[in-house]
Amino acid sequence: MTALAGGQSAGEPLLTVEDLHTYLATGQGVVRAVDGVSFTLGQAEVLGIVGESGCGKTVTCRTIMGLTPRRIAYSSGRVIYHPWGEGNILDLSERELQKLRGTHLAMIFQDPMTALNPVRSIGDQLAEAVTAHTRLPRAQARDRAVDLLTRVGIPAPERRMRDYPFQFSGGMLQRALIAIALASSPRLLLADEPTTSLDVIIQDQILSLLLELQRDTGMSMILVSHDLAVITEVCDRVIVMYGGQIVEEGDTATIITAPSHPYTKALLEALPQGGHRGPLRSIPGAPPSLIDAPAGCRFVPRCPLAMHECTGWTTELVETGGPGHRARCWRHHEVGRATAWQASDSA
Amino acid sequence: MSQAWATHPSQALLRVAERAAKRSRSTGRRRLVLISGLVMLGIAIAAILAAPLLSSYPPNALDVLHPLAPPLTPGHLLGTDQYGRDILARILYGGRIDLAIAFGATSVTLVFGTIVGIVAGYFGGWVDNLLMRIVDLFFAFPFLVLIIAIIAMLGPSIFNMFVAIWITSWVSYARIMRAQTVVAKKQQYVLAARTLGYGRVRVMLRHILPNTASAVIIFSMVDAIGNIILAASLGFLGLGAQPPTPEWGTMISDGQNYILSSWWLATLPGLAIVFVGVAFSLIGDGLADVLRPGER
Repeated sequence: MTALAGGQSAGEPLLTVEDLHTYLATGQGVVRAVDGVSFTLGQAEVLGIVGESGCGKTVTCRTIMGLTPRRIAYSSGRVIYHPWGEGNILDLSERELQKLRGTHLAMIFQDPMTALNPVRSIGDQLAEAVTAHTRLPRAQARDRAVDLLTRVGIPAPERRMRDYPFQFSGGMLQRALIAIALASSPRLLLADEPTTSLDVIIQDQILSLLLELQRDTGMSMILVSHDLAVITEVCDRVIVMYGGQIVEEGDTATIITAPSHPYTKALLEALPQGGHRGPLRSIPGAPPSLIDAPAGCRFVPRCPLAMHECTGWTTELVETGGPGHRARCWRHHEVGRATAWQASDSA
Repeated sequence: MSQAWATHPSQALLRVAERAAKRSRSTGRRRLVLISGLVMLGIAIAAILAAPLLSSYPPNALDVLHPLAPPLTPGHLLGTDQYGRDILARILYGGRIDLAIAFGATSVTLVFGTIVGIVAGYFGGWVDNLLMRIVDLFFAFPFLVLIIAIIAMLGPSIFNMFVAIWITSWVSYARIMRAQTVVAKKQQYVLAARTLGYGRVRVMLRHILPNTASAVIIFSMVDAIGNIILAASLGFLGLGAQPPTPEWGTMISDGQNYILSSWWLATLPGLAIVFVGVAFSLIGDGLADVLRPGER
């Protein structure tokens, strides 16, 4: 299932993120969760953001939505949502943000079990999403809610409207959440690990549903996942994040066939191969602490290509030559040729 | 749990079936608690509303020929007090005041305290600090002393008793609600609601309140009993209903001089308080189970 709209990324941009930093003030120190992230998302484009836990993927999404905890989060940089004018979203007031969120941006979450209010029926919550930003008579709102449930493939939607979240399975709940997110016909859907808590079969169904809806509505989508397999299945373009920074960016095909950052290559090699029995590969070590990130390249402690010069290198995204393909590695041309990763003990 | 399955599947199935039956029995029993509480309260309310039908005497009518008549005296089912006033009539009419306090004082403090608590919990920061320090201020005073001081300032009357309760007892609701809100606002569904661009008021009323209201509603039942007893205590101290207005606490206070010779003067209104108190307490227990299913 490769993406259909692969070539459209060159079209009109929908969202531009420039040099986004989000720092979180915690008891242990300042966490530089997002540290200089820039990217552009085209109309009807599906962009994947991949990386290990704690790489800043979720914080990036929340910053775009204006949902970072105000008391401890400090953001700088520019986030421009083009249909809303050329202003910086980060400067919007809470009231303007609310309007933007309800009508243009939508987000779905990792754990559908907790993202719905447990004491209110699915239909009630769906109807609320429909009427929150547009005035509609009760009956019409209900009809639209039923339509939405039908659209996301929930059987017997009329009857299911009365059910409470605990009466739904995980996959059904994620479908219901997608229906709620679509209630306002958003132009941009942020899907933050939408399939992580679901089993593979359901995962595949949800991804197909998301893609189908994306094609039908022409909305853009940012899909966040730690699973490169999920990302490559769905996305036109991929951003690989490590330590709060983008380490590689490019077309899905380029990223899988010619990774130019050792981290991407390591992620690819960590994917289990079907039918191939052997030790599971992983990446030795852990992502860097974002409280005091090391100088130079942040992947140095885990990188097999690391040299002394890497620690002193002022990191930047380097053009690799491929179209729109950039990597944060000064030896990017050597990555492809590097011998296979040493199989680390899976222990 | 897994041990149950270690035996033969059919046995395990039997055991599960047994457990399910037990659960459904206990669910029925819990509902029974709520229903019996509601029935008792219903009886009490019906009785005080139908007071003129149940008793042929006005509450303040004197029967000077029969003072201190014991219960079951012909014409006076529950006897008379030292002035020959019919005790049944006084309990029935007095109940109007006590139940009015149970509902009137409690509902106002419930609503106000809930609003303060949810605002403090949801907004946090200086709003929270300010509101909660005010709450602390109220808790710092001995509760009864504070009420007595307020009534002393305003002058003893039933309305001023209401005012004193309104001023002082919303603080418990605010504390409970704040604690619940602080927990609820960190839940994913609140974040999800904000993601949908819902405003603060909507998030608080439609997403946080339904999940937290059970705690304050259950507490309000306990508080209602507390308010009846408080009204009775204030009546006893002469700060609530003024004679000759019938009120349970005042009646007990009046009857204490006769407790050794004529026990019914103080005991019967006391039993009325116990009856209503038990009713509220059963409702509270029953509601706790009905509003929070699956918590045990």
